Amino acid sequence: MDVSQYLEIFLDETNEHLQSLNTQILSLEQEPDNMDTINEIFRAAHSLKGMAGTMGYKRMQNLTHDMENVFSEVRNGNITVKANMIDILFQCLDALEEYNANIRESADEGTNDNEPLIKQLTDILKGGTGDVSEADEEETETESEETVQGAEEDESKKLLDITLGESEMTVLSEALKQGKQVYGLNVTVQESCILKAARAFLVFKAVEEYGEIIFSDPSAQDIEDEKFELDFSLIVVTDSALETILSGAKAVSEIEDVTGEVIDLDRAKALVKIDGETEKVHKDKKSVQEETKGKAPAKKESAKAKASKAETNAVASTGTAVAQQQTAASAKNEKKAAPSKPVVNRTVRVDIEKLDTLMNLVSELIIAKNSLVSASNTTEGKSNAEVNDQIEYLESVTTSLHESVMKVRMVPIESVVTKFPRMIRDLSKKLDKKMELYMSGEETELDRTVVDEIGDPLMHLLRNSADHGLESAEVRKERGKPEVGSIFLDAYQDGNNVVIEVRDDGNGIDTQAVKNKAIERGVITPEQAENMTEKEIIDLLFNAGFSTAKTVSDVSGRGVGLDVVKSKIESLSGEVEVKSKLGVGSTWIIRLPLTLAIIQALMVVVKDEKYAISLDSIQTIEDISVDEVKLVQNKEVIHLRGSVIPLIRLNEVLDIPEEGNPENLIVVIVKKGDRLAGLVVDELIGQQEIVIKSMGKYISKCKIISGATILGDGEVALILDANSLI
Amino acid sequence: MDELKTTDGVTTEMAAASAAAASAAAVNGTAGSGITTQYIVIKLGDEQYGIDIKYIDNIVRMQHITRVPKVDSYLKGVINLRGEVVPVMSVRIKMGLPEDEVTKSSRIIIIKLDQQGFIGIIVDEVKEVVTLEMEQVEKVAYDSKDEKGNFISGVGKCEGGLISLLDLNLVVPENS
Repeated sequence: MDVSQYLEIFLDETNEHLQSLNTQILSLEQEPDNMDTINEIFRAAHSLKGMAGTMGYKRMQNLTHDMENVFSEVRNGNITVKANMIDILFQCLDALEEYNANIRESADEGTNDNEPLIKQLTDILKGGTGDVSEADEEETETESEETVQGAEEDESKKLLDITLGESEMTVLSEALKQGKQVYGLNVTVQESCILKAARAFLVFKAVEEYGEIIFSDPSAQDIEDEKFELDFSLIVVTDSALETILSGAKAVSEIEDVTGEVIDLDRAKALVKIDGETEKVHKDKKSVQEETKGKAPAKKESAKAKASKAETNAVASTGTAVAQQQTAASAKNEKKAAPSKPVVNRTVRVDIEKLDTLMNLVSELIIAKNSLVSASNTTEGKSNAEVNDQIEYLESVTTSLHESVMKVRMVPIESVVTKFPRMIRDLSKKLDKKMELYMSGEETELDRTVVDEIGDPLMHLLRNSADHGLESAEVRKERGKPEVGSIFLDAYQDGNNVVIEVRDDGNGIDTQAVKNKAIERGVITPEQAENMTEKEIIDLLFNAGFSTAKTVSDVSGRGVGLDVVKSKIESLSGEVEVKSKLGVGSTWIIRLPLTLAIIQALMVVVKDEKYAISLDSIQTIEDISVDEVKLVQNKEVIHLRGSVIPLIRLNEVLDIPEEGNPENLIVVIVKKGDRLAGLVVDELIGQQEIVIKSMGKYISKCKIISGATILGDGEVALILDANSLI
Repeated sequence: MDELKTTDGVTTEMAAASAAAASAAAVNGTAGSGITTQYIVIKLGDEQYGIDIKYIDNIVRMQHITRVPKVDSYLKGVINLRGEVVPVMSVRIKMGLPEDEVTKSSRIIIIKLDQQGFIGIIVDEVKEVVTLEMEQVEKVAYDSKDEKGNFISGVGKCEGGLISLLDLNLVVPENS
C-alpha cells in the first residue's frame, strides 16, 4: 500500500495533534477533573494512533495505543491524574515527537521501541484499576460488537436504497448475461477516521483488484472530495467470490465494516424503481425487503440469512418496536447531521519553495515596472496621458500583487510559541523555581521564513529569563515579590514591524557583575569599564562566549546563547534590545520587519550617489536653515518642535567629500523606537517601491548599509539602515 | 538594453576565445600526458595572468560600479548582473599595483568559488583561453619580498610567453 503521498499531511496533522496534546495535558495538570480536556486528549491520542497505524508506523501506534488506554481509564474515572503520570505522559509526547522527527527525515519511524515508557504506562493502568480495567475492556468489546451489529442492520437496509440510472442498469444486465457476478457492497468508515477520502480510495483500489466498480453512492468524485459521512455503497462486477472482495476491502485500516450481497437482474431492476427518499422510512423499507425477497429467491446463503433475520425482526417488531426503530433512525439522523457540516477548511498546502519562487517573480516584476516608470519619465515628449494611466494602473496591480503574495507567506507565530508553556513547566521542575509563563498575541503574523527561524532565539531568551532572570522562591519571598515568578511573552505589530517581548519580573541585569565578569574575561579593561554606560555594559552580554551564570547548567550558561540570539535576529534583519532594572526585572525586545523582500523607500541623493531609506523609519522631512544648527557637546543638533535632535551628515558617514556650504539643509528625520535623528541629504528623489537584494557575504562589514536595490535604469542603489545610524 | 548588449558582446568574445583555444589545443594536441586545464589569460599592467576557467561564470564589460562605503579599499562596490547585485573587487589594489585605469578593453570577470557567492574582479584586458598540460605548469617558490607572489599558484609556459596562474582562493577575500 503506497501511503507516501499522505506523508506530508500525516506529519502536519501529527504535529497539530502533538501540540494540542501538549497544551491539553498542561491544562489537565492544572485542573485534573476537567472532562472536556480529558475528552480532547483522548480524541487527539486516538487520532494519532489511527494515523500512525494507517501509515504503518507500528512503534508509534503501540505507544499511542497505550497512552490512549491510560486516557480512557482517566475518562472512565478509574484513574486519577497524578503528577508523576503527567510527567510520564510528557515523556511519551517527547518520544512521539522523536518518531515524528525521524519520519520527517527518512520516512521511517526509527527503531526505538520506548519499552520503558510503555511499561510505565501499563504500570499506571495496573496500579490504577487492576481487574476493573479488564472487566471494562470486555464491556467495551461487547458494546462495540453491538454497535457493529447495529451498523450492519442499518447498512443492509441502506444498500437497498441505491438508485440506479439507466446506463448502470444496462451495464449490469450485460454483465449478468456474461455470467459475471454482481455484488452490492456497503462500506462503513470508522468515526475517528481522519483521512476518509484516502480510506475510501484504498477501498476502491482493493475492490478494483477483483473486479470493476460500476457504481458508487455517493459518486466517486464526491467520495474523493470527502463529501460523504461514514458509509458509502458500491456495486461491483466481478468473477471473484463475495467473501474475497469483502476481506480485501476489510483489510484497509480504519474501515469499520464492509457488508455485501449478491445482486441479480430482478434485484437490480427493483433498485431502479426504488426512490432514494424511501431511505430510513421503516414501512417502505420493509416492503422493499419483501419485494426483493419475493423476486430474488436465488440469493447466497449469508444474504438470505440476513434477510430472514430482518424479516423476523420486522415480524416481531409490532407497534412499539416500529416506534423504537424509528426513534433510532431519527437519532442516527441527528448524529449524522453534526459531522456533515463542512468543517474542513478550504486550504491548499504549498511548498514554501514555490512561494519563494513566486515572491522572486513578483520582485522581478516590480523592477521591470520601475524601469517602465523611469523610461516613460525620460521620454517625456513622446509619452501621452494614456500610457501614464496604464503605468499607474500597473503600479497599483503590482503593489497589491506583492501584498497578496506577502500575506500568503504570513503565518501566526502560534506554531512556535505553543511549545513554550511546556518548556517553562519542565524548566520549573528542573531548576526547582516556581514560575509561570503568560503569553499574548500568539495570533500575530510574520513571514513564514521568519517564524521558522525565530523559535530558537525565543527559546534562548525564555530559558535565560528562567535561569538567570528569576530568583529562587526564598529570595523572592525576602524581596517581597510573589513566590511564583512570572515570564511574559508578548507579540504585537508595530507599524511595519513585529515586536516580540520577553519579560520577567526577576532580578534584572546586575551591571556591576557583568562589568566584573567582562574585565575578568579580558573583554574590556578596567579603565574602559569606568566610562561605560549602562547600556554599553548590557550590550556586552551579546558578546560571544560571555555568560554570567555562576555555574554552568544544562539550561543555559554555556555562553553561546545571547550572541547566537543576536546574530540570528540580525540575519532576519531584526534587532534585539534589552531594558533592565536591577531587582525589578528585564525586558528583551525583538523587533522584526514584517516583510523581507520589498519595501517602500524614500530615494535620496548625497552628492551624486543615490541611497534608499526605508519609509517606515522616516518620521518627517524638514528644510532647515544652517543657522538653526546648534552645537551640543561638540555635536550638531537641531531644535525641532520641542525636541533636540542630533544631526547626522550622511556625506561624512558615507565618506563622501563635502562641497559647498548650502544655506538650507534637507533633513530626513528618522526614528528608532523613541529616539530620533536627522539625516542631512543633498536632494530628494521621491518615494519608490524597492526590492531588497542581498549584497553577498563579501560586503557584510558595512553596518550602515542593509542591502542594495536595483533601480529602474538598472543602476544599483544602496539601502541605508537608519537604525544603525542612530 | 545596454546590459543585454554587453552580455551578447561577451558571449561572442568568449566563443571566439575558446575557438582560438580549441585550435591551439588541436595543434598541441598530440603531446603530453592528457591532463589539461583551461585558463583565461588576462592582463594586469604588463603582466599576463591565467584564471582557471572552471571558476569563471561570466565576463562583462566595464559598467557603473556603485560604491559601498566603509569597506576595504580593494572592494570597489557592487554592480547589477542581470538583476543580481554582485560585489566587484580590484585585483590591482589587492596586489598593491596602481589603481585601475578604465579603458575600452577593461572587463569585469565574474567568479564563483565553491560555497561562496559571486564576485567580480576588474582586469585590464581579457586576451584568450589557453589549454595547459600539467607539464607546462611550473610551481613557483614563494618569494616573501614580492607581494604579488602571494596570489600565484604557478607559472604556465605557452607560445604567448609566461602566464602567472592566479590562485583565486588567495585573491578573493574570505567571507567575513
